[in-house]
Amino acid sequence: MALLPLLKWNEFLCLLKFMKHLLSPLDFSVEELDQLMDVALDISKNPEKYAQACKGKKIATLFYEPSTRTRLSFEAAMLNLGGSVLGFSSSDSSSAAKGESVADTIRIVSCYADICAMRHPKEGAPLVAALHSSIPVINAGDGGHQHPTQTLTDLMTIRTLKGHLDNITIGLCGDLKFGRTVHSLINALIRYPNVRFILISPPELRVPDYIRQEVLKANNAFYKEVTQLEEIMPELDLLYMTRVQKERFFNEEEYIRMKDCYILDKKKMEYAKKDMLVLHPLPRVNEISTEVDKDPRAVYFKQVQFGVYIRMALILKLLEVEVC
Amino acid sequence: MLNVGKLNEGVVLDHIKAGKSMSIYRDLHLDEIENCVAIIKNARSGKMGKKDIIKIEASIDKVDLDILGFIDHNITVNIIKGGKIVEKKNLTLPKRIINVIKCRNPRCITSIEQELEQVFLLTDEDKAIYRCMYCEEKYD
Repeated sequence: MALLPLLKWNEFLCLLKFMKHLLSPLDFSVEELDQLMDVALDISKNPEKYAQACKGKKIATLFYEPSTRTRLSFEAAMLNLGGSVLGFSSSDSSSAAKGESVADTIRIVSCYADICAMRHPKEGAPLVAALHSSIPVINAGDGGHQHPTQTLTDLMTIRTLKGHLDNITIGLCGDLKFGRTVHSLINALIRYPNVRFILISPPELRVPDYIRQEVLKANNAFYKEVTQLEEIMPELDLLYMTRVQKERFFNEEEYIRMKDCYILDKKKMEYAKKDMLVLHPLPRVNEISTEVDKDPRAVYFKQVQFGVYIRMALILKLLEVEVC
Repeated sequence: MLNVGKLNEGVVLDHIKAGKSMSIYRDLHLDEIENCVAIIKNARSGKMGKKDIIKIEASIDKVDLDILGFIDHNITVNIIKGGKIVEKKNLTLPKRIINVIKCRNPRCITSIEQELEQVFLLTDEDKAIYRCMYCEEKYD
């Protein structure tokens, strides 16, 4: 009875084994991540060396929900490599509006492009795509689940500006319940030694229990949950701010009540270490006051630039393009 | 007391929690096999007080032990030959289960693409935690 699904499952596993995708930040080992970040760093220093690396290659950006920043970052990355881009930026302008499945869409797109980046509001959609694709699939965000290229961007920013990913105390502030970037970053940083996590959020937006139990406690990581931002500032090497996302709430009143809870301003920055860095996956609403932008410790716009470099390195890796 | 005839060749699923036999019958798709199947409900049990038993006049290949292990790994599986128990199978939690349970996460891709297989993976053996392969939501 269950033999048929079992065979299909094994076929799927074979396909995944021979085709490299990026679906979760944990798909790469720490060593692979290091190599990827080395390439990204080299790209940042010698962009002309990579300018024709993907000439004749195409990336399809399949965005079933709007995301200007991530989509443009992928497109800029491919254009910087000398390749071309095609795709759609909302499900209304794709065959999904006619009811086409993700599996069918990716089979078609595999005939048009060499690699694809997919954003989808439903969790697990990029995995479905990867199971049916003959080209590498990059998860560009699936609902509240994963956003691995944001995590790569965050790791790249920390490693480049701090010099290391171990022995750090990181404060994660804001919406820790629905913020997928926070969950992915915790999962990625837990693999490095002596990383201390300070989780700063209102009680309603604390990290989900599975992160606490199956990630933090299971790995014997140091973590502390607090509700006040100021008092914890002097301890931090990094502060990762997040937006309280309106689309994750079912109730508008609840959103309005919560959104201004944790605003980072000049006064709070006075409590921080001289070399503490402020990161943010962007876009921000008002959780970081614009007066903080001029502070050299505010690196969220540099983070965007690192995002392009790491996506360039990722495209090269998944397409198995080597630049000497 | 009701007596059900002795099984000569086949499989006996013993120590099923009282009242669960019909759902197990359905989950194992025993309604789709041609062989003789007997369901005994509320049989007396020294250990359990009351228990259900399913007797199947067919080879063990007809019983999906993965599904059974997921439902209740305390069920005893006895293989009968010549009217005697020749083997007892130990049930373990299966590494994955396909199309037995459904993901309840409204944000999961399976919520809109109904033809996708419902695949759950065992992520914590000690706590018997299964997660949807697609969205990683825990099955409760």
